[in-house]
Amino acid sequence: MGAALARAAQWTAAGSGPGTLEITPLNESLLNQIIKFAEGFSTRHPQEAAFVFREPLEWKTQLNCSVFGEGYDVNGATVQSEAKGKDGQPLLLLTASTLRVQSFDQLCCLLQIAMEKKLKEAQACLEANRDPIVKILGPEYGTVEGEDMSMLHLLDKVKKDDDPETEVKMKIFLLLRQLDLQLLNSSLKHISQDVRLNPAAIDNEVNLLKNFSGKGEGTVLESLEYTSDYMFSNGCRAPPWRQVHGEICYLVIKPHDTDPLYITCSTAGVFLNGGQLKGKDDIDYERKSDVYKDIVTFLRERSPRFLENMAKQEYRFFKEPTHENNYQRMEIVESKVSGQSQDLYNITEKNVCEKMKSSAARRRSMDKKKLEMSMKWRSMGLAASHRPKYFSDKATKKDIEEEGRSSTVSLKTKKKASGISSGSVKIQPASRCKTSGRFEDTSESSSEPEEDEEQPVHHQERSTDLPSEYWGIQKLAKYLKGGNPTATVIALCLMRDFNLAQETCQLAIKDLGCLEVLINLLDTEEIKCQIGSLKILKEISQNILIRHAIADLGGLQIMVKILDSPDKDLKCLAAETIANVARFKLARRTVRQHGGIKRLVGLLEGISVGSTSPTPYQANDTEIARCGALALWSCSKSTKNKEAIRKAGGIPLLARWLKCSHASILTPVVGTLQECASEPSYRLAIRTEGMIENLVKNLSSEHEELQMHCASAIFKCAEDKETRDLVRQHGGLQPLSVLLGNSENKQLLAAVTGAIWKCAISGENVSKIIDRLDGVRLLWSLLKNPNPDVQASAAWAICPCIENAKDAGEMVRSFVGGLELIVNLLKSNNKEVLASVCAAITNIAKDEENLAVITDHGVVPLLSKLANTNNDKLRRHLAEAISHCCKWGSNRVTFGETKAVAPLVRYLKSNDPSVHRATAQALYELSEDPNNCITMHENGVVKLLLAMVGSTDETLQEAAAGCIANIRRLALATEKAKYG
Amino acid sequence: MSRKRLQQLVEALGRSARHFNKGEVECLVRLFDALVAGPGARPAAVGFDRSTFRDTLHGAFGMTDDMILDRVFRTFDRDNDSCISVVEWVEGLSVFLRGTLEERIKYCFEVYDLNGDGYISREEMFQMLKNSLLKQPSEEDPDEGIKDLIDIVLKKMDYDHDGKLSFMDFEKAVRDEYLLLEAFGPCLPDIKSSMAFEQKTFRDVRKL
Repeated sequence: MGAALARAAQWTAAGSGPGTLEITPLNESLLNQIIKFAEGFSTRHPQEAAFVFREPLEWKTQLNCSVFGEGYDVNGATVQSEAKGKDGQPLLLLTASTLRVQSFDQLCCLLQIAMEKKLKEAQACLEANRDPIVKILGPEYGTVEGEDMSMLHLLDKVKKDDDPETEVKMKIFLLLRQLDLQLLNSSLKHISQDVRLNPAAIDNEVNLLKNFSGKGEGTVLESLEYTSDYMFSNGCRAPPWRQVHGEICYLVIKPHDTDPLYITCSTAGVFLNGGQLKGKDDIDYERKSDVYKDIVTFLRERSPRFLENMAKQEYRFFKEPTHENNYQRMEIVESKVSGQSQDLYNITEKNVCEKMKSSAARRRSMDKKKLEMSMKWRSMGLAASHRPKYFSDKATKKDIEEEGRSSTVSLKTKKKASGISSGSVKIQPASRCKTSGRFEDTSESSSEPEEDEEQPVHHQERSTDLPSEYWGIQKLAKYLKGGNPTATVIALCLMRDFNLAQETCQLAIKDLGCLEVLINLLDTEEIKCQIGSLKILKEISQNILIRHAIADLGGLQIMVKILDSPDKDLKCLAAETIANVARFKLARRTVRQHGGIKRLVGLLEGISVGSTSPTPYQANDTEIARCGALALWSCSKSTKNKEAIRKAGGIPLLARWLKCSHASILTPVVGTLQECASEPSYRLAIRTEGMIENLVKNLSSEHEELQMHCASAIFKCAEDKETRDLVRQHGGLQPLSVLLGNSENKQLLAAVTGAIWKCAISGENVSKIIDRLDGVRLLWSLLKNPNPDVQASAAWAICPCIENAKDAGEMVRSFVGGLELIVNLLKSNNKEVLASVCAAITNIAKDEENLAVITDHGVVPLLSKLANTNNDKLRRHLAEAISHCCKWGSNRVTFGETKAVAPLVRYLKSNDPSVHRATAQALYELSEDPNNCITMHENGVVKLLLAMVGSTDETLQEAAAGCIANIRRLALATEKAKYG
Repeated sequence: MSRKRLQQLVEALGRSARHFNKGEVECLVRLFDALVAGPGARPAAVGFDRSTFRDTLHGAFGMTDDMILDRVFRTFDRDNDSCISVVEWVEGLSVFLRGTLEERIKYCFEVYDLNGDGYISREEMFQMLKNSLLKQPSEEDPDEGIKDLIDIVLKKMDYDHDGKLSFMDFEKAVRDEYLLLEAFGPCLPDIKSSMAFEQKTFRDVRKL
């Protein structure tokens, strides 16, 4: 515990010397853990507990000698333990107020005697003994920072002499080290929970609020402004001498209904300051209010109008015009491809609209609001399940409700000897931990793209005519709630005869309060009840509302526990249900935080892999592994879970199962791998563990879903050159190009084109495709596919093919109508398609003859039309395309005439350096035309370019300087003409 | 028991109780001897009487339902002499602990067929399920809930619509949904206690 005490605990006085432990939550939890350790020590390790310390632990106690009873000799102010060491010294000695303790047994007794003063005593003891290990075992065991060799010395010693004491010492030392690690881990958890504000977060919030501010009725604020425009390189606006205090910036906020508020944003939070000092430029930095966690929380307290209008905003976003929706969608596609952390294909047309709504809302609204929405939903969900609103008769309504409660409880206590006192109490702790968990959301959300997050959708109040299923389920619910295990199992079996895939039945189960019972059943020892319950939960968790309700009721924690069961059916069902429930972020985190990932990985540890005709035992293993892989697949959509799977040793197991030949298990295994391949560590492992070979092999599987995941895994992994080579060496290009030609499945096509795109980055791969497989022609024909994902992937894939081909120009011309086709794709309204086509045009335009052809097809005005965009990815590729297209005929002039120049100048204000580079090159090309120079100058290009001249990027530097030179030359010529 | 007789017994049972190997049979025979020759028992006893058997199952597998235990006893007691011999004990446990699905279905059906007429009748179900529901004070007829439950069960399991469950009905229902094997009360050990029992009993198989 030395290391934990030295590093993690918060001491008042810095450095060594007698400090005191501050009373902070962190310290308290550390102390409590140490106490727990010491208290349990003598029962758990009786032999070690009797060991006499090298030196006694000595401290000033607050305990009175009167509290010592049996086992101690009390003599005036002196207390001695009856237990003595070898030398006859008492193992516990209290003189005046100095207490000396010499064994764990005595420590343990003392803690029991101290009762509520435990914490104080432990604190005093540790304050007086900063490194207790030295006292207990001797100075050679002291805590050393850095490399710690004590363990090795000890091992040597144990080997050399066979003094039994050395062995005991070794054990104690190991136990203490274990405690130390435990303490460090838990303190790390504490520390990581502290959420601190940073400049970027504040900036985001300010920008967001600005969007909703102004003079109008519906706005939330009149205005909010930084007090200073100057920003330091660390993103802070506060003067350096205030930054020392953690302050980041100051804001003036004018709400609609109160006086202007002057606030300080600091790393600790947001608070009101003293405002502008009269007649001075300075601010009264004194804190005048409580500290709030962000600006919105602060404003909620201060301005009722803000609160009111904020609520209205939320409503408005749901009604955004359709083109907005479209735009959002493109951005999503964009983020997917660039981040590559998400699979391309999850968005089916059907749910796009739904997702749009939620993502649009979330984009704009604060995390805070999200929290409130989900809380609201939960309380609604819970209320609904306890309120059987469908019963017409009031008397029965009451009866059933009561019956529901009481019988669940009795069932529970009957089944579990260590009974939980009441059903409702049971639910509470789970939901409480959930709310606290939600605050962490902000820290994790950055790592996960939004679109995989599903949001429960409110269903409209169902009509009052209840379907017949409802009454049937209601009857069974009665037996479920009021039956002993036998009747419960019967009711569960009967309930499965209803069509549980049907939403009516799913919601009836939820509304009738059965979900709570089903989850309570999981927590019993009755395997048959558990199995029956899971069989139902597995089916109904297809429903999003049910999934969220299961998570809210703490079902995931219990299912994770069930994964340890010796019953294989039970394990499988639990894993499959987890796979269904863990489709949203919160659930995935719950699984991880309760040790689920490790257990799921454990399910993959079957003994037998690889044979084609499995024995019953092997079939069993395969089934368990399949369920485990399914759950891991769902969980692997969270970045932290990917890491957790890796740490739990999941990669070699996945690699092992990848070698088998059952599509049922291959699909979830490859699904997990392709999900995880967004992480470089996985890509490396996939390459080095020889998985590429199997991925390639399964490209020729007869299951389209499996083919798709393989292609998409290759897509992600082929970022690395070695992997691209491996794909070729294992003959992967052949099946890929076959798939290009045959498949009708759009998702599969998108994955395959993606894989080809990445593989084509390696020159050898291209020559292979072109020479033998006719892949480029197939890619080109995919541009005709109506699916934008396919179009975009195909266009991206074409780029490296052109770049790496020998007679690229000739090859491109050989596709009849191909150039016209690609130019016309510039009319698409999908941003990803546009960006990819611009990239393709950049490559096509490198060949002069082809450039002439596309110019004839009207590429210039089409490109100009796209110029007004905020999308940095499109901006970059568009600028590159423009700069390459300038090199033919009068294209430069045409770009000017079609108004492409002014928007390009604005690109220089983008935050993306790659946009700067491409734009500067385009402007340099365009500046060869005098009229363009005038337009640029009018739009303030010189100042912007001057900043770029100082860049470290030489290409950018050169282009910027060239452009300025052209403008300057023109100006000089004009002056000369005027005055010369 | 003489060494020779033990060996003969083990030899014979090794064939009839096919889920146990010889070593395991020997362990079970020894356990039988130990239980039968327990404190107070006559050394000459030939087997378990009803109450010793009940206590044994209760202790080892946590089974509590007296009526079911009684039926389990009758099922073990093949020759109906109200005493379970060592052969009946080992053969019974063979199904009880390691029976195939087929054997288990047969065994459970025998347990539930209280009067041994080859059918599980409505009345027999009532006997077995009568304590399975929490009594509702609001209901006029406290047994109504049970009767309703039996109605639904029959609707599900009575395939030939004769108002009672034949072995065929029962077998079909269980093959369709394994959970229905013990539909009318627990009469098989759960996995944890059976694992514990086997571990304890067969601990010294390897030593033999």
